[in-house]
Amino acid sequence: MLEELETLYTEALAKLEQVENTAVLETWYHDTLGRKGAVYLLTRQVGQMDPAIRPAFGKRLNEVKNDLQAAYDGRLAALKTAELEAAIASSALDVTLPGRPLPTGGLHIVTQTLRDIYRIFGDMGFQVYRSPDVETDAYNFELLNFPPHHPAREMQDSFYTTKPDVILRTHTSAGQIRAMQAYYPEPVRVILPGMCYRNEQITTRSSIQFTQVEGLAVGHNISMADLKGTLTEFARRMFGAGRQTRFRASYFPFTEPSAEMDITCFLCESKGCQVCKYTGWLEILGSGMVHPTVLRNGGYDPGVYTGFAFGMGPERIAMLKYGIDDIRQFWGNDLRFLQQF
Amino acid sequence: MQVPLSWLKDFVTIDRPVAEVDRILTNAGLEVKTIEYIGIPGADLVWDRDLIVLGHILQVEQHPNADKLVLATVDYGADAPEVVVTGAPNLFEFVGQGDISSRGLYSPLALEGAELYDGHKDGRVKMKLKGRPLRGIHNRCMVCSEKELGISDEHEGIILMVKDQWLPDYQAGTPMQDVLGDAVLEIDIIPNIARCASMLGVAREYAALTNQPLRLPDYHVVMDGPPVEGKVVITTDKPELNPRFVGMVIHNVRQIDSPYWMQYRLRLAGQRPINVVVDISNYVMLEMGQPNHTFDYDFLRQRADQYAPDGPIHIHTRLPQPGEMLTTLDEKVHKLPPHAILVTDPLSNLSLGGIMGGLDSEIKPETQNVLLEAAAWNFINIRRTANALGIHSDAAFRFSRGVHPSQALLGAKRAAELMRRLAGGTVAQGIVDYYPNPPQAATVKLAYDYARRLSGLDLSGEAMADLLRRLEFAVTVHEDHLLATVPDHRLDIEGPHDLVEEICRVYGYDNIPNTILSDPLPPQRGNPKLEQEERIKDVLVQAGLQELITFRLTSPMYEAKLLPGSEGDAWPYVALTNPNSAERAVMRHSLLASVLEIAAHNSRYQERIAIFEIGPIFIEDEEEILPTEQTRLSLALTGQRGVPGWQGNNAGQYDFFDLKGILETLFGELHVPVNYEAAQHPSYRPGRTARLLLNGQQIGVMGELHPLVTERLDLHIERDQPVLAADIDLDALIPHIPPYYQYAPISPYPPIEEDLAVVVDVGITAVTVEEIIRRAGGPLLKDVRLFDVYEGEQIGKGKRSLAYHLTFQATDKTLNDKAVAKQRQRIIATLAQRLNARIRE
Repeated sequence: MLEELETLYTEALAKLEQVENTAVLETWYHDTLGRKGAVYLLTRQVGQMDPAIRPAFGKRLNEVKNDLQAAYDGRLAALKTAELEAAIASSALDVTLPGRPLPTGGLHIVTQTLRDIYRIFGDMGFQVYRSPDVETDAYNFELLNFPPHHPAREMQDSFYTTKPDVILRTHTSAGQIRAMQAYYPEPVRVILPGMCYRNEQITTRSSIQFTQVEGLAVGHNISMADLKGTLTEFARRMFGAGRQTRFRASYFPFTEPSAEMDITCFLCESKGCQVCKYTGWLEILGSGMVHPTVLRNGGYDPGVYTGFAFGMGPERIAMLKYGIDDIRQFWGNDLRFLQQF
Repeated sequence: MQVPLSWLKDFVTIDRPVAEVDRILTNAGLEVKTIEYIGIPGADLVWDRDLIVLGHILQVEQHPNADKLVLATVDYGADAPEVVVTGAPNLFEFVGQGDISSRGLYSPLALEGAELYDGHKDGRVKMKLKGRPLRGIHNRCMVCSEKELGISDEHEGIILMVKDQWLPDYQAGTPMQDVLGDAVLEIDIIPNIARCASMLGVAREYAALTNQPLRLPDYHVVMDGPPVEGKVVITTDKPELNPRFVGMVIHNVRQIDSPYWMQYRLRLAGQRPINVVVDISNYVMLEMGQPNHTFDYDFLRQRADQYAPDGPIHIHTRLPQPGEMLTTLDEKVHKLPPHAILVTDPLSNLSLGGIMGGLDSEIKPETQNVLLEAAAWNFINIRRTANALGIHSDAAFRFSRGVHPSQALLGAKRAAELMRRLAGGTVAQGIVDYYPNPPQAATVKLAYDYARRLSGLDLSGEAMADLLRRLEFAVTVHEDHLLATVPDHRLDIEGPHDLVEEICRVYGYDNIPNTILSDPLPPQRGNPKLEQEERIKDVLVQAGLQELITFRLTSPMYEAKLLPGSEGDAWPYVALTNPNSAERAVMRHSLLASVLEIAAHNSRYQERIAIFEIGPIFIEDEEEILPTEQTRLSLALTGQRGVPGWQGNNAGQYDFFDLKGILETLFGELHVPVNYEAAQHPSYRPGRTARLLLNGQQIGVMGELHPLVTERLDLHIERDQPVLAADIDLDALIPHIPPYYQYAPISPYPPIEEDLAVVVDVGITAVTVEEIIRRAGGPLLKDVRLFDVYEGEQIGKGKRSLAYHLTFQATDKTLNDKAVAKQRQRIIATLAQRLNARIRE
């Protein structure tokens, strides 16, 4: 009997060695360790055995059973691994094939730029105030300290409407007085985004329509130093923490003192490039302390209140940031342009 | 304005590098746009300091072997002079005159090895000077033309300078860099620095900014001619337009070429030299900012003989008579606007005051006696007149920005003295100065507290006073304020804020600290309407649409394309009087038209167009001054739903229900209950048009565009390809967006799902069926979803089957089939009763 057991053991192990896939392995299991397998058949014979050898045979039978089970488990694991590896190997993809394209949408690049501006100034307490595109000469010029025939009016070629003294606003500064009138006597901290219009030749650099964002802060103790600090913060958040600003004296009828703000060129890190015309500086915005006449026209006593104002062009900012060389792209709305942003 | 640095150095010491000068001026508001370097480092051709030097011409002799060459003996500071072979025609007159060293003739001398531009080649080609024999005489040096040095394209003769008391004491051998080397700054003159539209004006700023003294020009004039009294009378009847008129008479001027240094400076400043009289007039204008004009004195005298044979020439300034014409010296005939101020005599007009001289009265080549005019004019009036006539002269440029009347006398004296010295003239004794109301110098009070509050600078009163004094303000310091008297070259100082700007400028904007606003924060209200607009954009972008921003100017004709069978809508337009083009002549009425214009453009390149815009439309309001601006949302879809990839694009074409799905998603996100109702609209295809109703109010229209409209829009699309569009009034929608809403709890109990196919008459709308199902289903019916619509023989003609997927669920228990069956029976019964519907099994 013991001999028979040892033969079974040796042969089963040898067969197991030959098994090459899990299906054959299951057959082997069924024949060897299954409910009606060879080992079971031997087990059934234990009861009829000579009691003298029965314990030794029983012990050996258990050993064989456990060994075969362990051998089976090991073989099964090895075969599964091999089969998985084979399956993986045969199902490899060319991962460089393009993905399935999604029909996606997007915000206009000017909206994206405006949102950046809203967010940065919003953090500093500036809220958005909007005013009409079609404006009176009074709000666009006179109340902003542009007298009739003043040379400064020539800096902006207006579109006139058939209604006397009604024009398309040439700048969002036109909303300054409206904002002051709306907020008086509270302090004012607003940005005024909007579309502006000038009767200019349409070229790669100028358009008859463009957006602007004006800013206005009015309070009891607002200084030129605050103007510089606020706009420098803006520049760093908009164009990178390493930016430096430079303020140059300038002229706007509605501010005094007036300043242009330049930032260090972020394209060449001020080493000099075509965009900054090898000056290392990029002109970003105009600004200044609100002219006393303008404060008065907005209802604020210039003896008590001071304020600053600034204005910038989102298209110019986007052009600098993304190297856009033709301003006509913005309103041309070619999807091949818009979907790049 | 072109500003040669050397000219500035007449008035102020400049010992800083050019880049530093640029920075100082630019930061103070005199923006240097470009810098052109001549001969000095920075230039394309740098004149070698050892090899290109000043030469003194001692003698000129004929070349023994060539008629067209001469031999010039030139001292250039070396032990022995150099003999140069040259063909310069402007040396021929000196041949055979022997020693001419006492005439002080100088020319740039290039020595062997010097790099120059080749005078015989077109453009600027560099070459190195090599010694070689010229017709038998060895030549190793060259006297240079302007072209060879890169000053201009002039190569007719060599540069020939005559040393006079005006030229600094250069010696033979001085490097030419120090004589003619220069940097020319192009400065942008913005309206409030009109005072800097001259060399002196720029120098004055530079002196103030660098805290150095300013050297004024010499305004002394030697007047030793016959007295002018009784010979010229000046009057005006418009002193507010012509506050001052200074006249001087210079006799026996010679209209020769002006000296080289003056020509050189004029050229660097962008003026073409003409002759000494004209050049002096321009020179004085450029130098100190006072434009002036020269009349032919004898011409005026001959006219006076007609109107006052024994009396003086009578110069009178006045406005034109109706229809009066004037021919300016550029031979253009002008019809004068009523506000044009004229210089006249009793016979007729002579010149256009402050803008341009008249043709008849200007000096002619033979003129020997001149009447010099230096006047002051109202700048706004000059601006209006110059613009009306389209004349943009240098005089008009300056006068239209403001020149203080005090400058007129100085300018006249300066020009007269130059004519005496350089044109050999004799200045008549006496100056005719018509100046009825000299203005008081303005004194401005500046409170220190205000200055500190505005600037953010904590300066003492004395420190502020010092900064202002650098700009020539006369300042007295008091306890809490200072009084500053404005210098007479400035017209731009009106109030204390102007003084603060001057203090900040001279102190340096860069030196002002950067601080964060410490003033109280105003109440924060946000901008709810904008926030909702931005939210709508986000939803539409998530739905796969691209936002546009289009032109708000359009033409009524284009917009009428959306309304077949009519000339356009009934509303009045905001129309431009000066449109840039006929296509952009009115403010739009239709945002959808703008969006479709872009759809048409993109249809040439895109298979899929899914676009929208949020923006205003403009309806003229005859009652109000300004038009009504309404905020609209317009969408357009056409073409392929999907994007083609290598696995194919089988998603099909956009149709009505794509657009509707997008709108349903939008209104769902916004939590506004919008209903759709079949409607008619001329832009849309009948039977595929819906109006959008919010609480019974129409807020917009959607649908498939009418085939007649798509045809007119120049869309490059397939035949019968639908174009879907919607136009929504956001002013009507946004106020209904709830600030918050209730969430629907998620039940932990399992749902029971069933399908129900309802057969109804074709005329019964889907929304009617669904509403009845929802009502009858009660609170246990959680969701109703239409999954199939069928019309066909199986259910009979005139019938339609709508199949719904129903979800029943309770929030507090597990539903059993019995409870669901009861609800289902109620639904079926109600549909049968209300719509005569039957259930399709």
